[in-house]
Amino acid sequence: MAALRLRNKPLYPLLCRALSGCGPQLAPERGAERRDAAPSRVSRFGPPGTSCHDWIGPPDKYSNLRPVHFYIPEDESPSERKLRELRQETQEWNQRFWAKQNRTFHQEKEAFIHTRLTAKGLGLSAESGRKATLNAEEMADFYKEFLSKNFKKHMRYNRDWYRRNFAITFFMGKVALERMWRRLRRKQDITRA
Amino acid sequence: MSKILTGWVGGCVWYLERRAVQESPHKFMHLLKNVNKQWITFQHFNFLRRMYATQLSRSLNQQVKPKPEPMTSSFLEKTSSCQAKTEIYEMRSLSPPSLSLSRKPNEKELIELDSPAIIEGSIETGKETENEKQWKEMKLHLDDLPGILARLSKIKLTALVVSTTSAGFALAPGPFDLPCFLLTFVGTGLASCAANSINQFFEVPFDSNMNRTKNRPLVRGQISPLLAVSFATCCAVPGVALLTWGVNPLTGALGAFNIFLYTCCYTPLKRISIANTWVGAVVGAIPPVMGWTAATGSLDAGAFLLGGILYSWQFPHFNALSWGLREDYSRGGYCMMSVTHPALCRRVALRHCLALIGLSTAAPLLDVTTWTFPIISLPINLYISYLGFRFYTEADRKSSRRLFFCSLWHLPLLLLLMLTCKQPQGRKSNKGEPQA
Repeated sequence: MAALRLRNKPLYPLLCRALSGCGPQLAPERGAERRDAAPSRVSRFGPPGTSCHDWIGPPDKYSNLRPVHFYIPEDESPSERKLRELRQETQEWNQRFWAKQNRTFHQEKEAFIHTRLTAKGLGLSAESGRKATLNAEEMADFYKEFLSKNFKKHMRYNRDWYRRNFAITFFMGKVALERMWRRLRRKQDITRA
Repeated sequence: MSKILTGWVGGCVWYLERRAVQESPHKFMHLLKNVNKQWITFQHFNFLRRMYATQLSRSLNQQVKPKPEPMTSSFLEKTSSCQAKTEIYEMRSLSPPSLSLSRKPNEKELIELDSPAIIEGSIETGKETENEKQWKEMKLHLDDLPGILARLSKIKLTALVVSTTSAGFALAPGPFDLPCFLLTFVGTGLASCAANSINQFFEVPFDSNMNRTKNRPLVRGQISPLLAVSFATCCAVPGVALLTWGVNPLTGALGAFNIFLYTCCYTPLKRISIANTWVGAVVGAIPPVMGWTAATGSLDAGAFLLGGILYSWQFPHFNALSWGLREDYSRGGYCMMSVTHPALCRRVALRHCLALIGLSTAAPLLDVTTWTFPIISLPINLYISYLGFRFYTEADRKSSRRLFFCSLWHLPLLLLLMLTCKQPQGRKSNKGEPQA
């Protein structure tokens, strides 16, 4: 992976990579075996061994969030590890919340429809054989109820999400600056040698 | 003033030529309507159009039916086969440490369902490969960056904001100062880009869960949050600086305030209280005020009138739009009037449609326009009020969509009419502005 060697790289693409939150491009001569932190829920995907970036997948069926495979570089510094672990943990936390939220929503929605239809005496199938339905206005009662019932939960999630988001971005900035500093020092050492 | 008009019309026509394949313009009004639909709510429009097309053939009802992929019943089957594949795959690659440590409920279920799943594993191969193909490397390609940043900054919405600022600038009394106009234009555009980027930065998991917003760059991982924040800073700082030192401090202050209001008040408030809609309406009202203050250097009655018109317009526009998104808002935890206070939602929309008539009448009283304006704007104001009334009484998806689409062409047309009826310079002016 000679192309990934640091020494001959112009600074600008490095900056982009640093800002985009990817791991450093260092790889030993023979090509790195990729080390990964996979999303902890079941993932069938493994990125190619030659890649030195994170990989992002399609939206999860339950949470609608896109899982990320985090790349673990060979020379991962403590702050980089901390960032990666924070991102990993936040991803899992988000996944848990939204999968549960969506599941609960759908379950409660179907229960609501069932209850209402039964109350109307309609049952699940109308006489014509088509599925019995509730119109959007009747569903509005459910939406309102769901929202007010889960208000406190949403507030807690919001607070935590904002905190995590800021922390991740702050650490990304810190890591990016550290990487740039390390590379500048390395270049200085090379030119001095 | 006539130059601006020509310029704007020319811009519309140019834009339309680009979209010629998708549109079928015949009359000028139709042109304007379509251009602004594309400009303002391209994503909304497409989403609603798809919904409209699928639901037109049957009534809009919620169904109780077994889902194609129900959350509970086939949940175990699918994930069990996935687990089998993962186990086989994981032996080949380095196993991630986190997998064994996580304690999610679905994984507990998975452990119990190993054996039959391996047989199913081969059947799932086609789906697996397809799924694998959808994984993308999170590598930023410089070629993609302009497109990504355009989407991040909601460039179409920014264009609308900047056009309302331009209208405010053009409607202000005094000679038209082109350099000042350009500085205002660019400064406001940058401020809007910054605000929109921060908004998307805050809302990633919520955007993922709503159809309208699930293809945004941060949701798709096309750029990192750090880059989004850096971009926002790189837009906000020069934008506000340009407005403060290139135009005047008042406009700069309004720009900075608007960014703050949008990112730190409106965005978090969306999930806390329905008051977010009113705050959002103020956010929409400030750009034309900025255009006015850029031209005149002061907050006159005319500035407040223009701000008032934009403020009132937001309600029929947004309340009608939000009517069809109630399910998404509820599931995502957004506090919107349409979900929690539906009657209020419709009442407020109607109220502000009627307010537009009042504000249009106040325009000549404040020397912004001649008396022709309230007369020629009456038909469109009455029409939107009529649709607002229909929405208020019928309270269904059809009336909400009609009101929403009307609002899309109503605003640009209203501003255009205002421009054509602008109070000529040299006539009576009670603002004490130095005239040429």
